[in-house]
Amino acid sequence: MSSRVAVLKGGRSLERGVSLSSAARVEDALERLGHDVIGVDVGVDLVARLRDTRPDAAFIALHGADGEDGTLQELLELVDIPYTGSGPGACARCWDKVVAKRALWDADVPTPAFHAFTQAAFRDLGAAEALSELDARLGFPLVVKPARGGSSLGIQQAATPDDVASALVAAFAYDTRVLLERHVDGRDLAVSVLDGQALPVIEAVPVGNGGYDFEARYEIGRTAFVCPADLPTEVAQHAQALALAAWKALGCRGFARVDLMQDAASGELLVLEANAVPGLTDTSLLPQAADAAGIAFDVLVGRLVELADVSRVAAR
Amino acid sequence: MPRPTTQHELERYAGLFAARTRVMTSSAMRDMMAVTARPEVISLAGGNPDLSTFPPGAFTAAMQRIGAEQLTTALQYGPTEGLAPVKACVAEVMAAEGMRVHDDDLLITTGGQQVIDLMCKTLIDPGDVVIAEAPTYPGAVPTFSTYEADVVQVELDDDGMRIDELEAVLARLDAEGRKPKFVYTVPTFQNPAGVTMSLQRRRRLVQIARERELLVLEDNPYGLLRYEGEPLPTLRSLDGGEYVVYLGTFSKILSAGLRLGWVAAPRPVLAKMNLGKQASDLCSSSLTQHFVAGFFAEGDWRRYVADLVGMYRRRRDTMLAALEEHLPPEATWTRPQGGLFVWATLPDYVDTTDLLALALRENVAFVPGRAAFLDGRGGTSMRLNFSGADEAAIREGVRRIGTVVGEQVALYSTLTGRPTRPARDPVAEPTAVVQLRRGGRRSA
Repeated sequence: MSSRVAVLKGGRSLERGVSLSSAARVEDALERLGHDVIGVDVGVDLVARLRDTRPDAAFIALHGADGEDGTLQELLELVDIPYTGSGPGACARCWDKVVAKRALWDADVPTPAFHAFTQAAFRDLGAAEALSELDARLGFPLVVKPARGGSSLGIQQAATPDDVASALVAAFAYDTRVLLERHVDGRDLAVSVLDGQALPVIEAVPVGNGGYDFEARYEIGRTAFVCPADLPTEVAQHAQALALAAWKALGCRGFARVDLMQDAASGELLVLEANAVPGLTDTSLLPQAADAAGIAFDVLVGRLVELADVSRVAAR
Repeated sequence: MPRPTTQHELERYAGLFAARTRVMTSSAMRDMMAVTARPEVISLAGGNPDLSTFPPGAFTAAMQRIGAEQLTTALQYGPTEGLAPVKACVAEVMAAEGMRVHDDDLLITTGGQQVIDLMCKTLIDPGDVVIAEAPTYPGAVPTFSTYEADVVQVELDDDGMRIDELEAVLARLDAEGRKPKFVYTVPTFQNPAGVTMSLQRRRRLVQIARERELLVLEDNPYGLLRYEGEPLPTLRSLDGGEYVVYLGTFSKILSAGLRLGWVAAPRPVLAKMNLGKQASDLCSSSLTQHFVAGFFAEGDWRRYVADLVGMYRRRRDTMLAALEEHLPPEATWTRPQGGLFVWATLPDYVDTTDLLALALRENVAFVPGRAAFLDGRGGTSMRLNFSGADEAAIREGVRRIGTVVGEQVALYSTLTGRPTRPARDPVAEPTAVVQLRRGGRRSA
């Protein structure tokens, strides 16, 4: 059924470029599907524009805090416009890696061991004294990440205890809370979930020589994606099962992407994080996974808009 | 009609890309730089000239004359090498820096940037060595990468490129049986470091080029923007134009939007560059070339540059004073005698790419030092521009940068238990601005 769809995009975050790129493809697909498409570069006039244009649904193609932390979803509920993807609660949980990992932990979904700190803990509670415990608890190397943020910015590896302070300074540039996580050496996997169905597993493989280093994982152009991943069936199924468990634990709906690692030493699968508003650019993982499952991009986009309607009906 | 699937779309395009596009990748830093264009951001990131004092009357007069007398040529293709009246303007500008040039040694280009591109296009096969300064002009980095040059960066200090290190690099390359194609340098008011190559080093560099039959690309956009000290001879004037390829531009002395620069090169090199330019864009804009010729004929370009020099000197002084006030004692920065940039280096635990994220939250932007290196170095430095913002904006922008640097310094101190050094006593320690030699203002 044709309807008027507002594609919410752009915004002020560091991921503005990715968002615009996702949105351009989504808008093309929606037009091919016969929808009346309104592109909205999200800014202070957002509510006014939504009131003026009265869309039947909003397609959220906005990355970074603006689109992913639940605020926008909350607002769309208030103005009563159905929207794609997860609700405010799941968005807020996925957006904050600390919250997400605690939820996974509580639901017995395996995730690498970690400790989280706020900047205030160091300033007011003398948390620096506790850093010496890290070696015993997490071991080295470990990974330091800002709690919130959708890109690789601020993510650093600390090879030794001496590297921790500068890695923390870097991570705190992006957020007031950071986590220190056990470094998992192994295969880098992603499972996208569409309406409660796990799509084929994708593996990120480093390109070129220089082997697999930490930076390569986060640098576009240095990673190739294999879909479906070359994994034994039972491992792939287990990864999909864990992704669904994470989806459930975090309360996602519509679509999401779950990132996992397979520990090279133990073979264990661990969930790193979930992304409630995954990218839809031509190099993004979710469209590739959908394609591998025989779901063409236009079909995927159409489905997400339908699900936006359904979830509202369900919510009522 | 069957709709292309995502995988098909991916393959359809990916299979078409040239191998060299592998190096043309997106980066987190570039994503961040996109955000600096927001209007509420005080940008100390660009290299923009100030155009607020450009005389509107002179602009209108030049354009009116074009409209009345030269419309058909101004709107037509021109010769690849550029229009003769513009070459005369170039000769005038080069003469102001003590150089003589013949029309046949010149090619008018689409900005100075095109010269770097044509130089690579003409000389670089994949894997060929280019020697550049460390740090080097950030805008040259993607050009070198596109042509798959192997860039070796040579340290610089307050006297410009370290020629002793250059010689060590050349010896090492000799041992590997590799000969660099050219040395790329911004000897005067270097971008990004702001430093100027000493006369002694200029002489030695030209001598090395001659001994080794090695080309030097002298990039000189800012030479006329000198705020103190005596002008130094350009590499080209020391060499006579045999091994030095000279890049000039109207961008900083007139307007960047004209997109007009030039190259003066040995004729065989120039002939190849001319062919390269034909393939790129046939010729540079005839309209803006006519404008430059008209402006030079009607207006007093020297007066305009002299006005810019006065304005930029005040802005530089403002920036240096603000840095003194707001950066922590561990920070260092250069004190340029001209040009557009200060290069500041922070304590080694501060990463300026990460710092930029914090700075953008305070609505201020700079160029993280990594942009000026091809090997991942530069992480603790930043380039600060003082030509594109007024004095109040510079003061406020540096204050905001100082605030976020201060936060990171305090955090590191908390994390490591090491106290930060006490703030400088401004009375006991004379500021750098006071130490700067005044006078020597160049009459342009």
